[in-house]
Amino acid sequence: MIDHILAAAEKMEPIARGEERSDLLSGKILAVLFFEPSTRTRMSFETAMLRLGGDVLNLGSVDASSIAKGETLADTIRVVDGYVDAIVLRHPKEGAAHLASEFSSVPILNAGDGAGHHPTQTLLDLYTIKRESHLEDLKIALAGDLKYGRTVHSLCYALSLYGAQITLISPKELRMPEEIINDIIAKGAKIKEVDTIEEAIKDVDVLYMTRIQKERFPDPAEYHKVANKLKITAETLKEAKPELKIMHPLPRVNEIDNKVDDTPHACYFKQAFYGVPVRMAVLGLVLGAIE
Amino acid sequence: MTDIETELRVRRIENGTVIDHITAGKALNVLKILGLPDSSEGVVSVLINSSGKYGRKDVVKVENRELNVEEVDKIALISPNATINIIRNFNIVNKYKVHIPSHVEGVVSCINPNCISNSNEPITSKFTVDTENIFLKLRCYYCGRVISEDIAEHLL
Repeated sequence: MIDHILAAAEKMEPIARGEERSDLLSGKILAVLFFEPSTRTRMSFETAMLRLGGDVLNLGSVDASSIAKGETLADTIRVVDGYVDAIVLRHPKEGAAHLASEFSSVPILNAGDGAGHHPTQTLLDLYTIKRESHLEDLKIALAGDLKYGRTVHSLCYALSLYGAQITLISPKELRMPEEIINDIIAKGAKIKEVDTIEEAIKDVDVLYMTRIQKERFPDPAEYHKVANKLKITAETLKEAKPELKIMHPLPRVNEIDNKVDDTPHACYFKQAFYGVPVRMAVLGLVLGAIE
Repeated sequence: MTDIETELRVRRIENGTVIDHITAGKALNVLKILGLPDSSEGVVSVLINSSGKYGRKDVVKVENRELNVEEVDKIALISPNATINIIRNFNIVNKYKVHIPSHVEGVVSCINPNCISNSNEPITSKFTVDTENIFLKLRCYYCGRVISEDIAEHLL
């Protein structure tokens, strides 16, 4: 199924770039229910729908809606279900998309449920790796907050299906939970843990950076110490393979120096763009417009 | 303990259900799972820490109500060796062991405070039961969080 979505996304690319026009989803309406702020995910879902000739209905601000009056998610879904052909949902609670799917007769697309899942992010990460590097025999390093970051957890699970060699780089406070590591190994990935980017940079095809959040550290001095250690500069990249690609789910703070943006390694803005063709593929598939 | 002594403590029942071989100390949790005594009009007797052939055990007797398989199987979550005896006219007419169900609904609450099932939504908690190894694990249908210890602590 993953490969099928990635293949469909590739066909969507010219439309996503605006080079071709499409009315594949003409007459269809997508509801965008975001109970938490988001820029990229919301905008790329909306762009994906509009590029395919469909329409978008936005929930707008939660403060101004009936949710602020205490309406349950189940009721909101049952109402919106009558207005649209599909619902994309971001919600602060884990399992929200599962609940929504129980009360909806139209497809629900999970755009993030608390610390749970964010499947279209994982798909666009895989798509980026496929387009800019390769999914088979991949050597990838993931750096930053590997403890709380749902993006890296989901990505590791997905990469394990391709038998990737994964190097985890994080401060000890933000190591990936052992339970997840064991799961991923059981599914077929090879895992190595190191402390610094320098230890991994020579060997990998992809370096996936994530933001370390200040609030995870009670002591600001400790945060700065850790954040500075996991920072990419042009200097860090000296030892890297020429074909190394650097990815980041964005927003970044200071973990990737701006000077890296101009190197052929930088891939994070392309990655953000790839969210559009991937979400177009997902929308086309769930709405039955493509097979 | 002789039969007569047992008889004096908890009398035999004429009709109903006897849940035997409950893990010692878990009888009150069994009552909670079965919604007893509220769900029954008959007398419910509880024997805690009784000595049996295989060591200490608890026993619950529910008069005038024959529990069905679906409800008693939930007991297996906290007492996998319990046996169910259906009694009619002082005789055991049916006897079977509880089976660990493959999923349970509305029995335990998710340990993840941020799970959607712990909010005011109109849903009941749902778990799949993983019995692959000797330790029983419950996986929340909604958020995927696993309960592997102290299941009784999370009974609804």
